[in-house]
Amino acid sequence: MRFILDRNTWQEIFGSISKNKVRTVITVVGVLWGIFIYIALSGAAKGMDNGFESMFEVIAKNSMFVWAQNTSMPYEGYKTGRQMQLKLSDADIIENRIPEVEFIAPRNVRGFFGSTPPSIGRNNKTGSYPLFGDFPSFVKIAPKKIYDGGRFINDEDIAQARKVAVIGERSEKELFEEDEETIGGYIKIDDVYFQVVGVHKFDQSGGFGGDGDIFIPFTTFRKLYNTGENVGWFSIAAYDDADVVKVEENIMNLLKNTHKVHPDDDRAFGSFNLGEQFDKIVGFANGITFLSLIVGIATILAGVIGIGNILLISVKERTKELGVRRALGATPAEVRNQIVLESVFLTVIAGIMGIILGAAVLAMINSFTQDIDFPYTNPTVPIPYVLGALVIMVVLGTLIGLIPAQRAVSIKPIDALREE
Amino acid sequence: MIEINNLHKSYKMGSNSLHVLKGLNFSIKEGELVAIMGSSGSGKSTLLNILGMLDEADSGEYTLDGVPIKNLNETKAAKYRNKFLGFIFQSFNLINYKSAMENVALPLYYQKVPRKQREEKAIKYLSQVGLKEWAHHLPNELSGGQKQRVAIARAMAAEPKVLLADEPTGALDSKTSYEVMDLIQNINDQGNTILVVTHEEDIAHMCKRIVHLKDGVIVEDKTVDQVRASQYV
Repeated sequence: MRFILDRNTWQEIFGSISKNKVRTVITVVGVLWGIFIYIALSGAAKGMDNGFESMFEVIAKNSMFVWAQNTSMPYEGYKTGRQMQLKLSDADIIENRIPEVEFIAPRNVRGFFGSTPPSIGRNNKTGSYPLFGDFPSFVKIAPKKIYDGGRFINDEDIAQARKVAVIGERSEKELFEEDEETIGGYIKIDDVYFQVVGVHKFDQSGGFGGDGDIFIPFTTFRKLYNTGENVGWFSIAAYDDADVVKVEENIMNLLKNTHKVHPDDDRAFGSFNLGEQFDKIVGFANGITFLSLIVGIATILAGVIGIGNILLISVKERTKELGVRRALGATPAEVRNQIVLESVFLTVIAGIMGIILGAAVLAMINSFTQDIDFPYTNPTVPIPYVLGALVIMVVLGTLIGLIPAQRAVSIKPIDALREE
Repeated sequence: MIEINNLHKSYKMGSNSLHVLKGLNFSIKEGELVAIMGSSGSGKSTLLNILGMLDEADSGEYTLDGVPIKNLNETKAAKYRNKFLGFIFQSFNLINYKSAMENVALPLYYQKVPRKQREEKAIKYLSQVGLKEWAHHLPNELSGGQKQRVAIARAMAAEPKVLLADEPTGALDSKTSYEVMDLIQNINDQGNTILVVTHEEDIAHMCKRIVHLKDGVIVEDKTVDQVRASQYV
């Protein structure tokens, strides 16, 4: 240990590697490349992981949609092909019977899924935007960022069927002048005036939905379009620890039961499970991370073996030098330590340079992908991974350095000196 | 200073072995300048290697400055070499990426002398061989004679008991050879014990004693009137 901390040792090592520049550079490049690939790959994988993560964070990860379709089997006197309709009462049944359900938001829409859009206007401007009838619980499932001074639909709005609306960034831009105050302003939806109470910030990663979407209270929507108890679809969020696939199955069975649908009829109700999709993507991202880890470590390994190789050749080249050193009184241990330390020193220097270079490249990629639609956010490599890579490099550097070192020591000084 | 008794050494060459040293006896006192002469194959280099602890004898005794040299492992041999011996080689054997000063300081590094002192000492010995202003030059910027003088300074730097020179003038022309021998004589005049292996008669006669080896035995061991090399320089 004293040997490692001795300044003279390092002066000797530094002298030896700084005066064999070509050798040093070639050696360093091998490991530098390895660690660079490792850092860049695992950072990029992490960035992608984060990208997917942020894509889904707007929507509860274990949320799902349920909608009605047509039956495909006759059952209890009903013939096949019956058109199903979800009712508001289904929400209560689901909420009461399936304890894993945290939130359920019945929704209706005009101007989406093929229905004719309502005419929406203000003064002499008109536009065509999807119109949603929603409950406040909807934002619990798919959070919406509302600009300052505004709010989303609340329970009072529902209870009194208030004529209030939350509009989108685009609809605000198209309907209001720039110097106008949006909040408190009025828009006309199918000849009925609504007061704007909020503007939601558009988030592209929230599944379907757009920057022009207009939300009004579910009860107001019902009055406006005479939809009665009908519900377009349910947005449902299960508790974080619930098994979404299981919950989805339970909900479907429950719906079939209440609507008198054959238990084996899978066509009567449709559903889409975000949690399941999310799991698939997480699995994919994990696979990429794992792959990049393997590739990175393999590249580091190749780099370190390269160092060993070059040191081995250089030991052959330096046979005479090492013989002279031993004639002058270097013990085998001193010769061995010098070569191992050279190896470790080169490995660590190269490693640190590779880490810096890798980090720089990651930062560059990050700034390039900042504004484009690509799931890539905040590419980082966890510190333990970096430290782990450094430890691997030091250990491998030592082990691989031992081979040439042992070779250097195994040559008798007399043979080394005789070699002309 | 050096005492050897019935020294034997043979090398195995395939199935037959070559008996190189066949029972050598001699002793060297402090301050002597001894030439070991002999034609090639006479065993003179083998003898020098054994004296230099680079090689080990099969049998016989070797005492250096009162210390019996036997059962050496590499580490011990390295320590003894560092403490007792200075080497001068025919092909100089300087480390080509180190400056003259760094080369001279190298044995001191292995003696764990701090860097500052190392450099001071190296400069001191370099000026002794007249190369002070060449201290920061690399070996390939020096002439053969200068290289050998650096090598001599390096051998001296560790202040060894004995200097072992293996054909120190073998790679030099005669003028430079005499310069180097002049240096060796001066070092000997300061009281250092020096052993020179050579096959050149004139170089041998610049020593104080000539030991003649032939086929692994000493055939002649005589004191000579030293020819001063300075008269040729």
